[in-house]
Amino acid sequence: MATASGTVDTPRDRSLLEPSRGGRLPDRLLKWSLTILSIGVIVLIAYFFARLIVESRPVFAETGFFGFIFDNAWVPSKNLYGALPLVVGTLITSAIALVIGVPIAVATALFITELCPSWLRAPLSVLVEMLAAVPSVVYGLWGFFFLIPKLKPAEQWFSDTFGFLPFVGGTVSGPNYFIAGLILAIMILPIVSAISREVMSTVPRENKEAALALGATRWEMIRMTVIPYSRSGIVGGSMLGLGRAIGETIAVTIVIGNAPVIGDTIFSQGYSLAAVIANEFGEAASDPVHRAALIAAGLVLFILTLFVNAVARALVVRAERGQRAARKPAAGMAG
Amino acid sequence: MSADAPVLAPISARRRRADTGARAFVALGTAVAVVPLILVVYYLIKEGLGAWSWDFFTTDPTGSFLGDPGGIKSAIIGTILMVALAAAVAVPVGVGVAVWLVEFGQESKLALGVRYFVDVMTGVPSVVFGLFVYITLVVSGFGGTSFAGWKGSIALALLMLPVVTRSAEVVLLLVPNTLREAAYALGAPRWKVVFRIVLPTALPGMVTGVLLAIARAAGETAPLLFTATIVNATTWNLNDRMNSLPALIFQDVGQAQDRLVEIAWGAALTLVAMVLILTIIARLVQRRSRLS
Repeated sequence: MATASGTVDTPRDRSLLEPSRGGRLPDRLLKWSLTILSIGVIVLIAYFFARLIVESRPVFAETGFFGFIFDNAWVPSKNLYGALPLVVGTLITSAIALVIGVPIAVATALFITELCPSWLRAPLSVLVEMLAAVPSVVYGLWGFFFLIPKLKPAEQWFSDTFGFLPFVGGTVSGPNYFIAGLILAIMILPIVSAISREVMSTVPRENKEAALALGATRWEMIRMTVIPYSRSGIVGGSMLGLGRAIGETIAVTIVIGNAPVIGDTIFSQGYSLAAVIANEFGEAASDPVHRAALIAAGLVLFILTLFVNAVARALVVRAERGQRAARKPAAGMAG
Repeated sequence: MSADAPVLAPISARRRRADTGARAFVALGTAVAVVPLILVVYYLIKEGLGAWSWDFFTTDPTGSFLGDPGGIKSAIIGTILMVALAAAVAVPVGVGVAVWLVEFGQESKLALGVRYFVDVMTGVPSVVFGLFVYITLVVSGFGGTSFAGWKGSIALALLMLPVVTRSAEVVLLLVPNTLREAAYALGAPRWKVVFRIVLPTALPGMVTGVLLAIARAAGETAPLLFTATIVNATTWNLNDRMNSLPALIFQDVGQAQDRLVEIAWGAALTLVAMVLILTIIARLVQRRSRLS
C-alpha cells in the first residue's frame, strides 16, 4: 500500500489525480489521529507501570524491595508485610499446573494433528477450545463444590502411600495448593494445546514422510520429526500458559484456602499473590500501608508475568520464524 | 520366503509395544483433557437448572442470609451494561490501533513498539488491571463516585483492547493488497480506502475477534470487585455501584448457606450460557468469513 500511495504522491503537478491540499486533509487527520491513539497505548502502559511503582512505595519504605519478597510473614494486623508465602503459593500452584497441564495439552495437540481420524479433528479442537470459554469464577465454583470433596480421599491416600516423597504427607486439607494447581492446569490447557497444535501443523510433510519411509512407526516418526521440530514452540506455549497461571485470581482464591503461610506439603492450604489482592483489598482501603502492600503484590505479579511472557513470545516467534533453520537438524535426526 | 523377503526388517515387538503404548498414552491424554469440560457442564446443568425460574431472572438479590435470597436480575443487567460499555470503548480504539499498525505503522520502529506494548497488555493479569483502575479512578473519587459501573467497564476495556487489536490486525493483514491498489488506482484517497475497502472486507473476521473478547470480558471477576463492587439493587446508571454475574457468584461461593450456593450455580449456568452463545456466534461468523 505504501508503494501505491507513493506512486500517486511523487509526480507533483503531473498527475490529474493529485488531490489538492484541502482534499488531503481527511487523510492527514486519519493518519494522525490513529497514530496518537497508538502512541496512547504505549503511554497508558508506561503510566500504568509508573503508577504501580509510586503507589506501592509506602510498603517498600517499610520492608525494602527484597524484604517484601523474601520475608516470611504476612500479618497485616501487625503491620508485617513479607510476601514470601504468597510468592511461594503462586509459584507452587503454577508449577503444579504446568506439570499436569502441559503433558496433557501436548498429548491432545499430538492426537489432533497426527493420530486422530479426520472427522474427529474439528469437534475435538472445539471441545478443547471451549475449556477457555468457561469463566474462571465458574471453575472456582466447580472446584470448591465438586473437586475438593471428591478428590479428598484420593489425595489422602496418595499422601499416606507416598509420604516418603518430599512435600507429600500429613493430613490433607480441603482447599489446598494441589487443587488450585489442578484447576489452573485445566485453565491453561486450551492455550498450550492451541499453540502446540499450531506449531505442529507447520512440521514439513517431507520430514514426516521420510521418517515413515525409513520404516519408523507412527510414534517413532512423532519422536524423530514432530517433537524436535516443534519443541521451542511447545515450550513457548507452556510459558504463555505459565503467565496465565501466575495471574489467575478468582479460581485460585476460591480453592487455595487463603492461609498466609508456606504450607508443608502440596496438600496444605496456602495463598497466592493474586488471591491476596482480591481478598484483602476491602479491609485495606483504610490502611495506606496495607493498600500499598497489595499494590506491591500487583507490581510483583506484573513484573513476573511480563518476564514470563517476554520469554514465551521470543520462543514462539523463534519457533515460527526459525522453521527453516530448524529444518536441517530435524531432518538429520530423522535420518 | 528367502528370495523375495521384504527389504524392510519386520518391526520388532519392542518397537511395536512402544508405538502402541505411546499412542494409547496420547489418546488417553486427550480423553483426560475433555473430561473436565464434561464434568463442569454436567454439574452446571445439574445444580444450576434447579435454581432457574421466572423469579430468578426477574428479582434482585435480597442480601438476606437466611430468608429468601431473591434472584439475579441486577447482576444480569449489570454484566450486560458494563460489558457493552467496555466494548463500546475497546472496539473502536482496538480496531483503530490495528488499522494504524497495518495501514500506516507497518514495520516502523514505532509500530514495533506499539505491537510490543499491546503484547504486554495481553499478558497483564486481569486483577492488576482492576488494581490500576482502583488506584487511578476509584480511590481518587474520579467523577464524584468511588465505585461505579463505568469504572468496571474501563477495567474490562483494558482487558479487551489487546485481544481486539491482535485479532483485527491479523484479519486486516489478510485483506489482499490488490484491493487496496485497485482503489488507489481509481483515485480514492487513503481514508476512503480504509473505510470503504479495507474495513468492510475485514469486517466478518473482526466481528469474531470482538465477540471472543466480549466473551472473555463477561466472565472476568477480579477487575470488577475493585471497580464496580457488589450490590443488590438493579441500577441502569453506570455512575452507580453495579452488580455483575461473576461478582455475585464469587460472593455466594463463600457463603455457608445452601440457598445462596444454589443461586451461585444458577448464576454460573446463566453466565456460561451467555458466554457460550457469544463464542458459538463468533465461530459461525468466522466460518462465513471469506478471508480465513
